[in-house]
Amino acid sequence: VSGGGDVAVVGVGIHAFGRHDGVTGLEMGAIAARRALADVGIAWQDVDFAAGGSDAAGNADTSVSILGLTGVPFINVKNGCATGGSALTTAHAMLVSGAAEVALVVGFDKHPRGAFNPLPEEWGIGSWYGETGLMLTTQFFALKIQRYMAEHGISDSTLAKVAAKAFENGARNPNAWRRNPLTEEEILGARMVNHPLTQYMFCSPGEGAVALVLARGSRIRELARVPVYLRSVAFRTRRFGSFEVFSPSIPIESAPSATTEAAAAAFEEAGIGPGDVDVAQIQDTESGAEVMHLAETGLCEHGEQEALIQSGATELGGRLPINTDGGCLACGEPIGASGLRQVHEIVLQLRGEAGERQVPKACRVGFTQVYGAPGVSACTVLTV
Amino acid sequence: MTETHTPQLIDPDVIGGSPEEPRLIGSVCARCGTVTFPRQRSCPRCTSEDVQARELATRGELWSWTIQCFAPKAPPYLPGGVEEFEPYGVGYIELPGEVRVEARLTESEPDRLRIGMLMDLTLIPVPGAPDKLTFAFRPACQEDE
Repeated sequence: VSGGGDVAVVGVGIHAFGRHDGVTGLEMGAIAARRALADVGIAWQDVDFAAGGSDAAGNADTSVSILGLTGVPFINVKNGCATGGSALTTAHAMLVSGAAEVALVVGFDKHPRGAFNPLPEEWGIGSWYGETGLMLTTQFFALKIQRYMAEHGISDSTLAKVAAKAFENGARNPNAWRRNPLTEEEILGARMVNHPLTQYMFCSPGEGAVALVLARGSRIRELARVPVYLRSVAFRTRRFGSFEVFSPSIPIESAPSATTEAAAAAFEEAGIGPGDVDVAQIQDTESGAEVMHLAETGLCEHGEQEALIQSGATELGGRLPINTDGGCLACGEPIGASGLRQVHEIVLQLRGEAGERQVPKACRVGFTQVYGAPGVSACTVLTV
Repeated sequence: MTETHTPQLIDPDVIGGSPEEPRLIGSVCARCGTVTFPRQRSCPRCTSEDVQARELATRGELWSWTIQCFAPKAPPYLPGGVEEFEPYGVGYIELPGEVRVEARLTESEPDRLRIGMLMDLTLIPVPGAPDKLTFAFRPACQEDE
């Protein structure tokens, strides 16, 4: 299959996720970049455009001081959890326009332990919001899934099954952080963080880096062993009426989420429907996010998740394997890296190189979705 | 001479009225009628800049809830709030015909919270700053319902 302006991922590289004392985020990014270049068999000098970002670990473009001062145009992006998706959007646009032939995209991060502590002033809200105790991403996800469970009949058991699957897949992924399988009972019985979500239903801020090499046109066949075509990448911010993180109020009138709109745009641009997807990576900041994003992306109907997840359809051997690398739950959340980790995993799955966690059925179409504060989403459709 | 302590509202742009009868201050768009909280200078729905301040309803229905079971980090929480931390409820309260407002709840027992229950506006001390008051919602008394 080819198309989408003929842009393909021709190389991938990753620095293991987790905790890595003594190595900076920037260094992890450079390591991932070198691995991606080695995966293609090209040098840094062969890259004619780069984009990248981190949320908390420095300016991506300063990695040229590690990789080499080649004069390459390098654009920094910073878009919360959608940072990787934004970097990919930028590189994709440069390649489609013909302004570049071979592009590198890199995302990395390094966060301190514990929950994020964003400042309301940086999000356009008064300090009263933080002092009152409302400036927490975990609250948002809990409030959103609590309402969703009541409206769509989702059980606590289903939330636990999402996390159990993540750790099961993470155990098979050498680059994951959490590699110990946990039972549904252990997950439900763990410390409550924000009702209805327990400790093991949330991902933790962590560290890691991912890089991708993309190429266009005739360069694809020259460079790639197995080209994985980037059929579309779509990025959206929120509309009036969508329920997003850090909202002191939400309108009574509701609207599709940024994810819903980004996913629909990605599928339309690719000319591929959600029903054609063989394997997907979707934002699982916590168990409920995977449940809700499954329907927001169009991969199932609202309310259908209960039966889908209980039946095992989203496990490695199921009809629609989701977050085959363990997702954010098992890999942790280095904000700048997560979106590209999803693409990295889809590339491995479509190439048939995912090792112990390779999906057993034939996979030709992959999908990714990242979501971040304060209501941004980026989705991709990839094919072989 | 007696010293009187008048508690300060956490942000007079957000909470108006008096400490006895507080009101949340939102805004309403003169063009499309959209209500926002807190007050905004332009309408997020239709982009009009013709918006006016509006005191919001003080009673609404609980639209969703959670319990905050771990202490938020300071900042943005106050260090004293971290020290005295006890789990607290958080929810969105749908003010009829206006907007859903996010707030702390005076109730932190999951079994006493259910979607759809009536809630009233009240004030609570800011955690870690007892001389300041912030807003919260409490379950409406049964005789009020």
